[in-house]
Formats: sequence, C-alpha cells, structure tokens
Amino acid sequence: MTESFAFTAENKAKADAYIARYPEGRQASAVMPLLDLAQRQGDGWLSQAAIEYIADYLGMAPIRVKEVVSFYTMYFDQPVGKHVVWVCGTTPCWLRGGGDILDACRETLGIELGKTTEDGLFTLLEQECLGACVNAPMVQIGDHYYEDLDREKMVALLDALRRGEEPAIGSQAGRQTSAPASGPKVLLDVEPAGGQ
Amino acid sequence: MLRDTDRVFTNLYGIHDSGLDGARRRGDWDGTKEILAKGRDGIVDEMKASGLRGRGGAGFPAGLKWSFMPKDGSGDGRPHYLVVNADESEPGTCKDRDIMRHDPHKLVEGCLIAGFAMGAHAGYIYIRGEFYDEAQSLERAITEAYEAGLIGPNACGSGWDFDLYVHRGAGAYICGEETALLESLEGKKGQPRLKPPFPANAGLYGCPTTVNNVETIAVSPTIMRRGASWFTGFGRENNHGTKLFCIAGHVNEPCNVEEAMSIPLRELIEKHAGGVRGGWDNLLAVIPGGSSVPLLPKSTCDSVLMDFDALREVKSGLGTAAVLVMDKSTDIVKAIARLSKFYMHESCGQCTPCREGTGWMWRVMERLARGDASIDEIDMLLEVTYQVEGHTICALGDAAAWPIQGLIRHFRPELERRILERQTGAAAAE
Repeated sequence: MTESFAFTAENKAKADAYIARYPEGRQASAVMPLLDLAQRQGDGWLSQAAIEYIADYLGMAPIRVKEVVSFYTMYFDQPVGKHVVWVCGTTPCWLRGGGDILDACRETLGIELGKTTEDGLFTLLEQECLGACVNAPMVQIGDHYYEDLDREKMVALLDALRRGEEPAIGSQAGRQTSAPASGPKVLLDVEPAGGQ
Repeated sequence: MLRDTDRVFTNLYGIHDSGLDGARRRGDWDGTKEILAKGRDGIVDEMKASGLRGRGGAGFPAGLKWSFMPKDGSGDGRPHYLVVNADESEPGTCKDRDIMRHDPHKLVEGCLIAGFAMGAHAGYIYIRGEFYDEAQSLERAITEAYEAGLIGPNACGSGWDFDLYVHRGAGAYICGEETALLESLEGKKGQPRLKPPFPANAGLYGCPTTVNNVETIAVSPTIMRRGASWFTGFGRENNHGTKLFCIAGHVNEPCNVEEAMSIPLRELIEKHAGGVRGGWDNLLAVIPGGSSVPLLPKSTCDSVLMDFDALREVKSGLGTAAVLVMDKSTDIVKAIARLSKFYMHESCGQCTPCREGTGWMWRVMERLARGDASIDEIDMLLEVTYQVEGHTICALGDAAAWPIQGLIRHFRPELERRILERQTGAAAAE
C-alpha cells in the first residue's frame, strides 16, 4: 500500500477541479484540498508515496508538501483507526466536564491518548478548541461533531460506532443546535419575512 | 431586548431552510443589483457611516479597511482579492459556524457586495478544516448562487463578474491570523508575515487583498439594505450595531444569540443563557471576548457593558464576543493554565519569544496551579509575559500573555494562597 499512490479517476477529476479554483501558476494553493483527497483515498493517512505523488501533481518540491503535512493537525503520516476520535480539551469544554469525556473514551476504548485500538477501529486524540463551545463538552469523530455530551452519551456513541451504526451528528441531548437547551428565547416568530 | 425584526441572523439556530429559497424568504438577495449600482464609493461610504467594526476580534472599522484597497485606474493591473476569515478557532467562539451552516447566503451575498466594493473579481473563504459539515453547507449555497446567476459572470445582472471559492484549512489556530491565513491559502505552512507590507498592498499572491471575518461580511448586505442609520441605532457611539454573542461555561443554558452592542454583561447572561449556575452571586469570573482577552472578576461583571470601549476601559476586550463564564467551583488557575497549553500547542514556532515563552509560561502555570512554586515566581512569570508581549511578528504572543496577566491582576491572592498552603503542608509533613 505504501509502495505507490495514484488518484482514482474520480479523485483526479476532483483534484483538477480544486486546482481550477486558483489562478494559473498558483496550483500550489491546492495542496491542502489535494492532501485531504489523498488522505481519504488512503485509509485516513498519507504515505510517503502519496506525498510525493501530490508534490509531482502540483509541481512542488516533496519537502514543501511534507512540511504542510507536518504543520497541520488534520493530516496523518502514519496509519490511524477507522474512526479518529478528537476530544476537545480546551477550557470551554473542560469547564463543562471535558475531562470526563476523555476518561470515558480511555476506559471504553481501553487505550491512552495517541493510540489506536487493536481492532483498528478507533484512534483517540485530544484536540484544541473545535469551536462548538456553547455545546460543550463535545468531540469530533471523523468529519462530524457530537455535542452536549456526558459520560453515558459518550459511551453510547462509541458503542454505536463499534456496531457499525451511524449515530446522529450534532447535539446528543436533542437540542436545537446552539439555541438554549429549553428552546429558543428569540426568533420565535415564524421565519420573519420582509423585515429587511 | 433586541427585537426579532432587528436581528440580522434570522436563521441563527437552523430552524428554517438554509437554502436559497429560504434565504430569499428571509430577505437575502433582495435588490442586490441596486446595492451594487451605488458604486464602490457609495458602498464604502455607507459602511463607514454604519460604524461597523470588524467582528473577528480586532474591531478595526470595516468600511475604512475596504477603502484601503487601491482605486480603479491607479492600479498596476494586479487583480484584487477578498478573503474571508472563517478559521474560527478562538476558544469560546462558535458564531461564524452558525452563519455558515444556517445562514450561508448572507455570507455569499456579503462577499459579492464587499468584493465589488474593493474591486475584487474573486473571493476565497478560508474555513477551518474541522468545520466539514459547515463547509458543505457553504459549498451548497455557493452552487445555488452560481446557478441563479447571483454570482459568477455578470453577478445579479450588475455587469460585475465575481467568483467565490471555499478553501478548507486543516487544523491550525494560527491560520486565523490574516497573513498566516494568506500563506496557508498559497499552499504553505501557516506562518505569519511581517507587516508592512499590509495585505491591502501585497496580500494573496502579492496582490491587493482584504481579509475580513465571516460576521463582518455577512452583516454588510443588511446594513446596505436597511441603511447605516439603522445600524447606528444600536450600541454606544463608536460601538454600533448588533452582534453575535456566544455564552459558554457555567451558565444554565449556554447558547449563541444576537444582541445589541453595549448590552450589560449581566443582562446578556441572565436574559439569554438562563443565568449563572447557582445564581449571580455564585459567579467567580468571566472571560468576555474569547480566550485571548484578560478575565474579569465578578465585581467588574456586575456592571460592565459588552462593547469594545467599555471592555477596554476595564483592561480586557470584546474580542470575538465569546463570553466564558466561570462559577465559584472553578479552579481558576487551572482554567487559565489550560489556555496557556492551548497557546503553546498553537504557536507556529517562528518567533523565539513565542516558541520558547508559551511553553515556559505553561509549565510555570501548571506549577502555580499546584502551588508548587515560590512567591517570587509570580512576578517572574508576569515579567516573562511582558517579554513575550509585543515582541513577536503576530499577536499570538500577546494572546498567550494576556490571560496570565489578567489572572495575576485579579487573583494574585489565590496564587499566593496555594503556594503557602503547599509550603505549610510540606512543613507539617516533616
């Protein structure tokens, strides 16, 4: 798998569409979306071959691509589990029990931070503020946010993923996005029209 | 309380259709062509008159910023760019997320108006990589706008061509700094540039560029439709308008809400977030504008107003208007120490005072949380914060210093208490 890398036809079309978003000669701007594509194609991580392929694709020196990979937290240069669980550890989540959520993950998965379960299903990581602070504590798993957690809800979430289910994203407490838990206190009129 | 009819973000909670039809029912894309017909100067003048100050944290007057872009005819043929900073990562802040997932057409329309007003035919929205679902929502809105002829060639029938693209980041707080963002957008690691030159002269690809926060851009169509005088009807002089607030931490009902600027902090928390857990008297401190601004003790929170100038007068700041509430159960030293860890993690490593200083400050903060320090180390830490502050290319160094300065300013007795308690405990154990 690490021997060689090439985009599938579908991803090649997507890659070329990304490159077209930037002015001619500025194709290096597409390095981030292309790394994302390659990571999705490559089981969630970027092999050396994938990095070199993208460097070649964009006419960049491989080291310039490598330094982008190592600078940003969302690129992996080593294999990860099927589900990457990012537990938000910054103060807004911590104030509302983020530490319990991390403990629940550790205990349920039986692994420490930075590790992957033996069955290859989960990788557990801490992340800095994910920007969903009024729905704290929360985690990101794969592409999605799971919010308003407590220990039980976190364990239920992991169990559901282990069973191969697709848990509903967003609030796990049945709340309307960022509105107060008891329901919105403002914007109660039905879709104000012509107000502006 | 601000009336619903005066709220800009009428789908803040995503109860209604976020697509083009829903957006049109809420008044978006109404008369956009007529707005563009006012011309560059007409738009910039209206924005200046509205008093809108940038909503990303620094509070720089938006209309003035737009006016810095070179005028037609005086240019050298370089294209102009609008870049929207959607790298929302300041701890406590989650307002732009709601705009992008629930009201994305306000942002798309704002991009056209702002882009036109600064002579840009292209705009890039740089959204933090973790906001995957939000990026999808934004892409949908952009596709709808293209299909309806609202953007693209001859946008809205105005004769102006305007292309708009989403660019996803990949996890780096520093890319919220505008020049780091531009580096990242050019395909490099996100390390801030020395200024000058400022982006208005040499920004993206060395071309004239203006970087604005999501909320700043997204409120501009409503300001243009309802007029500057409507916007100046809210908030105190020099602090006008409505504003999205995020209220998190130890409140009964954390939430986002749009309110008038200059609303008293206490009223904001009690009317919208169900009050402080255990009641107002159980309040310990509030960080009023995202993690970078110094905390306020309860005595200040009792009466302070939520605007740029009022919070500056009490040596803090409005920042992103992310209100982080901490009740009396909070280990305040640990709460700030965790922010120090955040800044250490997010330092890009380019400047020595920040690269070395953030780690040093975090380690001392961890010891202070345990009381494992000597009293004179409090002043040493304070001195180091002043050595970091103002000595780095970007403001991350300042942002790492200010929370600690705020803690020492207002909670020095608590720091000393922990040290003495540990020393007494150690002596007793001998």
